[in-house]
Amino acid sequence: MGKKTLIPIGPYHPLQEEPELFKLYCDGEIVKDVKWETGYNHRGIEKLSESKTYEQIFFLVERICGICSSSHPFAFANAVEEIAEIKITTRTKYIRTIIGELERLHSHLLWVGLAGHFLGYNTVFMWAWKYREPVLDLFEMISGNRNSYAMFKVGGVRRDIEENKIQAIQKVLDDVRKKIDLLTGAVMDDPVIHARTRGVGILTKQDIIDYGAVGPTARASGVPIDVRKDDPYAAYPLVDWKIITAEEGDVFAKAKVRLLEMYESISIIEQCLAGLKKEKEGDISVKVKEIPEGVGFGRAEAPRGEVFHFVQSDGSNSPVRHKIRAPSYVNIATFKKSCIGQSIADATISLAAVDPCYCCTERLAAAYDLNSQERIMNANELINNSVNRTKEIKESTRRTI
Amino acid sequence: METVSIIEKLKENFTSDIVDITVKNDKRVIISISKDSIVNVADYLFRKEGFRFIIASALQSKRGFEIYYHFSNDTSGLVLNIHVILDSEIPRIESLSNMFNASNWIEREMHELYGINFLNHPNQEKLISEGNWAEGVYPMRKEFKK
Repeated sequence: MGKKTLIPIGPYHPLQEEPELFKLYCDGEIVKDVKWETGYNHRGIEKLSESKTYEQIFFLVERICGICSSSHPFAFANAVEEIAEIKITTRTKYIRTIIGELERLHSHLLWVGLAGHFLGYNTVFMWAWKYREPVLDLFEMISGNRNSYAMFKVGGVRRDIEENKIQAIQKVLDDVRKKIDLLTGAVMDDPVIHARTRGVGILTKQDIIDYGAVGPTARASGVPIDVRKDDPYAAYPLVDWKIITAEEGDVFAKAKVRLLEMYESISIIEQCLAGLKKEKEGDISVKVKEIPEGVGFGRAEAPRGEVFHFVQSDGSNSPVRHKIRAPSYVNIATFKKSCIGQSIADATISLAAVDPCYCCTERLAAAYDLNSQERIMNANELINNSVNRTKEIKESTRRTI
Repeated sequence: METVSIIEKLKENFTSDIVDITVKNDKRVIISISKDSIVNVADYLFRKEGFRFIIASALQSKRGFEIYYHFSNDTSGLVLNIHVILDSEIPRIESLSNMFNASNWIEREMHELYGINFLNHPNQEKLISEGNWAEGVYPMRKEFKK
């Protein structure tokens, strides 16, 4: 064994918008070992949650992740409703499912774009993110926010999806489906993408079981686990869809699973929209008196895999223990398996293949004029700007109907 | 149906280890066991019955330190929670990380936040606060009036 060279990825690195340090020990071009340091961004959310009421925790857990910001409230709602044995209305189930699937759609598009970017194929990046925009506009129309939708509460959702919005959503879905056709064709047939992703970062079935990996990472290695099917919640038992799996376990298989899952998401949303038309408008929450003593185990399938929330209540208005497990917690650990023996160039895409959770909420930052140092916008102007933009989107969707 | 059969099998194999069984519903079961038998029970669930280790949740109560080991049966949707109570003065329990890698990080995290010692853990280093937190101070610990 020759001398090993240390190649650091992080703590701040273009590959990852959140800080985390991976130390690759390399012999020439080949990665021989990997160690990591985490916790640069530890926010103590589990502890913080113990000091908030159940209603407030929804806003807290929503901010765990900027991309899958409805998965955590979804799992938390499942956990709390399990403790209090609350039965939610069918309309609530449909709306929650639509939010969850729209999120999967935009999150997978985001990943495809990032994967292209890491491979140095920026055209895919530009395309995918462009096609993702209309989905985010849909969120703004439904909830008023592009991210952190604030839709969930114990026993229901905060906003309804009315008849005119249903048509607007359907129109966007039709457009997005055509774009995904284009994207899937381009990615699946591209010889450069094949060369860079096939046989790269392979995770075997045994690795998945050993590391307890979840979501598309597991499904791309032939492990057909999906909480939506295994432990159905919300409207998933009411609609017809199938789990997408692949056998190869390499980066290409993960891309394939994510691309094909987007079609399933669109199909689920369409069925939910049809279901919504049969339910009475406005029937979106049930009355909740109090959360009794007990424990609840909430699960939800986020775009990256299973989110797990454990909540212990003592009968007061805040939990005594709230444990959160995000899918990346188990998925990132598989990097040790997928990168050793690869070249350094392939290590980056192997890590990106599990879609480690990046925060994507930077939206508007410039607030000072560089020359005069004058403030261009103050907080109120920023808020007004945002409100006006939401109004514009709502107006434009009305015009198109 | 599968839930009933798995409970029966556990009762049969671990008669003396099981302290209490709570069946919340068909998909949520809590089984309290003595802390010394965690490796045997986890081994049985993981290797024989094909359960997946989701995560473990530690907490501190007046009874001492408690850990819920959450296991999932991905065919029936059952979340089987193995509950153990540890000593409040010197909390320690056998590590599961020699059996599967899934518990490696969470055991390190519980060690760091609660000061629970995982015996025979392959690498019980700090996970979150390496180099920026005092030794022997555990941020998630609570104090109870006696």
